[in-house]
Amino acid sequence: MKNETLHIELGRRYRFSASHRLHNSKLNDEENSRIYGKCNNPFGHGHNYTVEIRLSGKINRDTGMISNLADLDKFVNEKVIEPFDHRSLNEEVPEFRNAVPTTEILCIEIFRRLKTFPHAKLEAVRVVETSNNSFEYAGN
Amino acid sequence: MVYLTRKIEFSASHVYHNPTLSPRENKRIFGKCNNPHGHGHNYTLEVTVAGEPDPVTGMVLDLKELKEILEHEIMQRMDHRHLNKEVPELKGQIPTCENIARVIWNLLDPKITQGKLHRVRLYENSDLFADCYRNGAGARA
Repeated sequence: MKNETLHIELGRRYRFSASHRLHNSKLNDEENSRIYGKCNNPFGHGHNYTVEIRLSGKINRDTGMISNLADLDKFVNEKVIEPFDHRSLNEEVPEFRNAVPTTEILCIEIFRRLKTFPHAKLEAVRVVETSNNSFEYAGN
Repeated sequence: MVYLTRKIEFSASHVYHNPTLSPRENKRIFGKCNNPHGHGHNYTLEVTVAGEPDPVTGMVLDLKELKEILEHEIMQRMDHRHLNKEVPELKGQIPTCENIARVIWNLLDPKITQGKLHRVRLYENSDLFADCYRNGAGARA
């Protein structure tokens, strides 16, 4: 009874490593260099990304879980980790052919890929690019 | 509004087993967590209290007081215990992060009288946690 008044979220963290280059082909080289600095270096560079996702839903009485972790891990691995890990985001992820893979845009793309998870509601995606920078998107 | 967070760590053992399901189903759903003799974790608990700083003390609540509440309500109940067998509040429930966070919320909420309990975050390990909020007061409230 009392617990109907509570909102519970499940949080899970995953990791992948990928390279990217921040470059907008609509801008000239000088502007790209001015805006993106080192991140515009032509051959790209990489990060160890951490993806934190939070999901809400009813706790299943039989399992004690909002979502079975095996189902969740499989979904996230298929949708995000496999296609991104040890890849060039610019070259190998179709959505970044025409978008600059800043971690803001990456965060939104990961949210888009995971929001169809069938067993719980995706509340937010947080991407940690380095220990100093992180970005969070909640779908709005 | 200011949000104050205190962190504690405790170690406990548990096992995931639902007696209403067959041994096979238990194994399929819970995997390694169903091993009959249990296993343990180092849990990290973050408790966030929201409130306005008191005009005299400058505090949302006295951290000493919060520390005592956490010691009494959580550490003494759960630290170096078997969660299934020794924590009556979890009786009949699978001691997942979600359920433990909810039990912790229900233990702490009535004890925190200065400020208001805002969030309970319980980590089972650095990659798995559960957050508990008052309904309608989500992460961005």
